[in-house]
Amino acid sequence: MKPAPFVHHAPRTVEEAVGVLERVGHDGKVLAGGQSLIPILNMRLASPAHLVDINGVAGLDRVEVTDDAVRVGALVRHAGLESHEAAYAASPLLRRTVRHVAHPAIRNRGTTVGSIAHADAAGEMPAILALTDGLVEAVGPSGTREIPWHDFFLGALETSLAPDELAVAVRFPRLPAATGTAFAERARRHGDYAMAGVAAAVAVSDGVLTSARLSFVSVTDVPGVVDVTAAVHGQAPEEVDWAACDDLVRAHLTPESDIHATAEYRAMLATRLAHLTLARAASDSISSSAGGSAA
Amino acid sequence: MSEPVAEELLDVTVTVNDVPRHARVPARRLLSDFLRHDLGLTGTHVGCEHGVCGACTVLVDGAPMRACLMFAVSAQAHAVTTIEGLGTIEAMGPVQQAFTECHGLQCGFCTPGFVTTITAFLEDNPEPTQDEAREAISGNLCRCTGYQNIVKSVLRAAEIKAERS
Ligand SMILES: Cc1cc2nc3c(=O)[nH]c(=O)nc-3n(C[C@H](O)[C@H](O)[C@H](O)COP(=O)(O)OP(=O)(O)OC[C@H]3O[C@@H](n4cnc5c(N)ncnc54)[C@H](O)[C@@H]3O)c2cc1C
Ligand code: FES
Ligand code: FES
Repeated sequence: MKPAPFVHHAPRTVEEAVGVLERVGHDGKVLAGGQSLIPILNMRLASPAHLVDINGVAGLDRVEVTDDAVRVGALVRHAGLESHEAAYAASPLLRRTVRHVAHPAIRNRGTTVGSIAHADAAGEMPAILALTDGLVEAVGPSGTREIPWHDFFLGALETSLAPDELAVAVRFPRLPAATGTAFAERARRHGDYAMAGVAAAVAVSDGVLTSARLSFVSVTDVPGVVDVTAAVHGQAPEEVDWAACDDLVRAHLTPESDIHATAEYRAMLATRLAHLTLARAASDSISSSAGGSAA
Repeated sequence: MSEPVAEELLDVTVTVNDVPRHARVPARRLLSDFLRHDLGLTGTHVGCEHGVCGACTVLVDGAPMRACLMFAVSAQAHAVTTIEGLGTIEAMGPVQQAFTECHGLQCGFCTPGFVTTITAFLEDNPEPTQDEAREAISGNLCRCTGYQNIVKSVLRAAEIKAERS
């Protein structure tokens, strides 16, 4: 099917883009990579009268790595984040996860900020924004504001971004030293939306676990974080029974049934993947701090 | 729901297979339809129009992308390569040659998307393993061949490419 007619706007600056968004109000939509928006337009699930195509806006295509965070601009494609060496060094979880987003042809066009602005709890990167305690930088007619992830994701495909605001970047804070990470998901076909996915961040200090946190893909309504530290604190990674986290995990999940998997199956997958990623993140913590002290 | 807007025509010029091509089209013209209907380059096939099947995959500045998930107007500053740009019957590209040798196609509907995808993949990974070859084509759907011969074609294309260089 084909999109309904719209007026195409091609601003060159953030100010111009925000100006158009302010003028057209609820009739307007930002077009970034189009990898979620264009299917919706093609299927006529939406027919905005104005598209504000930000692909020509200067200065939005950079990944910046600072002492605190990896800052990803609104035109950085998933593939650009995936191949960014400094971003990988600062926060290996980003590459480990973004390569699970769709197929290369989609990652070459779709943006990481766009997938966060789309706020699909079946998307990988919203879960990573949550796990890293990240934030969204938005510019509107009255200036710039920073929106912490927990104030950003409001519901399924719903964010606190106003219709006249442009997300110009997201910041994924670096995790504290000695934090190990892991990501795993199961999909019907590699590259498809996951039936369930889990990201884990685990810290091991003096041979015992000091913190363990999880976030989930495709099994919650809104991206969120479960802190399972209480269930495993003070135990050695090789002796810990990860199933001790299951009650905390299950209480957080709101899986749904669809043609790919039942809700029960998704919940089972998510808990098993939680065990797997917690164990992997714990060994990642040990090997990264071993590497750190040797350096 | 917003009020319907009147169709507005735009002058769009896109460099396709190294030639600047122009047409006056509505803003909503998908790149896939621009190539097929406006330029007559019907090698790019359209299956699902929501990014899932990969039949419409073209190279944009050398990187595979879905032509059904881009507007022609957004492709203006870019160089697009379609299946027509990757070889002719007289002078086939390595991937096309490999598909004929390995029986990598039956009806051929999905083939243009596979050929563009594999061409870009071999640029990054000239000596893929069988598993890598399999993963590289996982974003493209074929209803006919069961993929075995397409995987063979990827590996054979890598050989042909090496032989020719
Ligand atoms: C076949 C297929 C498979 C996919 N599989 C996955 C998958 O497994 N996991 C996954 O996470 N995603 C998947 N995706 C989606 C893909 O990751 C998209 O890249 C992403 O969801 C949206 O990014 P985009 O840049 O394409 O945004 P667009 O499609 O351009 O926009 C999406 C939404 O966000 C808004 N928006 C975008 N950028 C901004 C901004 N800067 N400021 C304000 N609003 C903005 C738009 O207005 C729109 O509402 C898949 C897509 C396809 C077609
Ligand atoms: S037609 Fe574009 S991916 Fe199916
Ligand atoms: S050869 Fe027929 S769909 Fe692939």
